Amino acid sequence: MLGPLDYFLWITSFLLEAWVVFQVISSRSFARYYPVALYMFSAAFVECVHYVCITRFGVSSPQYHFVYFYTGTLLTILLFWVIIQFYQQAFSGMNVRRYIRGGAAILLLATALFSCVAVRARSDHLTNQFVVEFGQDLYFVGVVLTYLLWAVILYFRETRARLVHLVLALGVYFSGTAASYALRNLFPCLHVSFFQWALPVLGTLLPLAWACTFWKVPEDSRILAYQLAGRTP
Amino acid sequence: MIAALICVFSLVAFLQFFVSYCHAALASTRHAELSDRVREIAGIAGKTVAPQDFLRLLQFLWLCPGEDVHVWQVRAVALYYHVLGVINRLCRMLFPSAAEWANQSRQDCSQFAAIVLDRRIARMQDLVARQARNPV
Repeated sequence: MLGPLDYFLWITSFLLEAWVVFQVISSRSFARYYPVALYMFSAAFVECVHYVCITRFGVSSPQYHFVYFYTGTLLTILLFWVIIQFYQQAFSGMNVRRYIRGGAAILLLATALFSCVAVRARSDHLTNQFVVEFGQDLYFVGVVLTYLLWAVILYFRETRARLVHLVLALGVYFSGTAASYALRNLFPCLHVSFFQWALPVLGTLLPLAWACTFWKVPEDSRILAYQLAGRTP
Repeated sequence: MIAALICVFSLVAFLQFFVSYCHAALASTRHAELSDRVREIAGIAGKTVAPQDFLRLLQFLWLCPGEDVHVWQVRAVALYYHVLGVINRLCRMLFPSAAEWANQSRQDCSQFAAIVLDRRIARMQDLVARQARNPV
């Protein structure tokens, strides 16, 4: 049974995701950030699918469980595409676009294939343990990819404030989610008390941070390396 | 074992991303000038805002009406300020340079809160002035 806080987080997430799509389009940044818009649009659509599933089958039904896990995996893979697009932006001054595309295609295909095979193989008995371990591994790949991207941004002294904000918010989301899954894997008894809220809250923070970025950080604003390190020039 | 490693690495990455995100949020206000109005209201005597002014500024901020997008950033910065306070206390004896860095960052947090307060007051005054011009 879902409580008022669940519904609040659900509606907030949906509205923020729709808001990010609107912001990307209205700020005429669609050409640059179309993977972000597509991801947020898909996330908002998935929220609607979850709602339909819950009203039709119930929150504890295996159908909802399967849809929740399957769509979550697909969304995470879509988020990898967003990271790859950020890589392309970070390397935009160099002639390595082809290599990024090649590497990205291999990574996406491998992750998608592994995810599909893993989910289909266990679709009849998606145990909690498997779901937690798989989520932990998938999000950890995201943490590593975002961490490498962050290292690239620092190495090349990237100054585009909007890109920096987007990548940092993504890093907070991926690392927070991976840590939550890993903690849940280590301490299953804490599931109800803490982890019930950790994932929905983190899921709401990403569209919130991105909405703030598109709303408040102009495309041409700059941030310097010493500012990111919290030092004075 | 793998879960423990992933957990540790993710938590360290989370802290690093969170700190960098806060720095990125604070960067926009670090060199902004404070108005005399906010200095007077918040009782800021010197040219710069002191690190310990943050909590007082935060109280003013919650008293001043107006919901905006900065609310979540202020909450994140408040959390960051408390984390920095712990670092400052822990490092004061053993690592003075780290304590100094934490103190400098806490001052940035205070500056951020002061700037947000300044913007809120300006908006409120603007609203009141507009309402006075066009009473319903």
